[in-house]
Amino acid sequence: MDLGPHATFIIAAYVIAALVVVALIAWVLADHDAQRRLLGELEARGVTRRSKDGA
Amino acid sequence: MALIDLANPTRFLALTQRVLTPLAIATALAFVCGLYLAAVAPDDYQQGATVKIMFIHVPNAWLSMAVWGVMSIASIGTLVWRHPLADVAAKAAAPLGAAFTFLALVTGSLWGRPMWGTYWVWDARLTSVLVLFLMYLGVIALWRTVEDPARAGRAAAVLTLVGAINLPIIKFSVDWWNTLHQPASVVRIGGPTIASSILTPLLVMALAFLLLFVTLHLAAMRNEILRRRVRAMYLMQAHAAQSA
Repeated sequence: MDLGPHATFIIAAYVIAALVVVALIAWVLADHDAQRRLLGELEARGVTRRSKDGA
Repeated sequence: MALIDLANPTRFLALTQRVLTPLAIATALAFVCGLYLAAVAPDDYQQGATVKIMFIHVPNAWLSMAVWGVMSIASIGTLVWRHPLADVAAKAAAPLGAAFTFLALVTGSLWGRPMWGTYWVWDARLTSVLVLFLMYLGVIALWRTVEDPARAGRAAAVLTLVGAINLPIIKFSVDWWNTLHQPASVVRIGGPTIASSILTPLLVMALAFLLLFVTLHLAAMRNEILRRRVRAMYLMQAHAAQSA
């Protein structure tokens, strides 16, 4: 695949896009793990939600 | 399950549990197809191979505005109907919209340098999209500044709805002002003016980025619901300790 005389700009665009997409996915996954961990710690301490008690 | 049932955060979490994996798979497949089509797409007679940057730039430009539109609808849900998930949806969408706007600006600059001879010009289209990016950052900062999610949600909703005026300005900037950025080639009265060999990879990549947004938005909303549960439980714990 010949990207022509401006290949650097094309490759840079795709690399930056890939990095941003990967960063977004990593952020969402890491945030989910963090919230799950905090919820687990609170429930282990015996703290429960009012709605969960009433459900 | 009726739509109103999704207003219940627990039911919404159950829904995300079911749909996130299929959505993620669909997103990955769309990107594989889109990237393949982008790779084999012919060179443009004027742009040469740099037309391939458009397969990233245009979908992200579309999404940068669409996400603010989603936030605006969610903001109406917050202010008018007090929908319990409306501000969750708005808060979850903001960082995603900022990322898409950032990509639109950066890939546009990388296209502009070889094509226009410059990374940036202060024309109406580029400037209004930069303003959109700054507005995303402002809304994110506002969410972080106000401690109480309900108060933050209402303030962010007002800011979002005021900022929505920028969307028609961005869209019609190339018609209202004398801009270096070219006029619309796809979404226009009279239909697209792009050959199908270029239009098809563009639309497939647009679908891929749209699926990416839907997937990440649902996942981020799930995270925000969990975060509010954690906050509520901390407050309950503090209240119980105070009462003891």
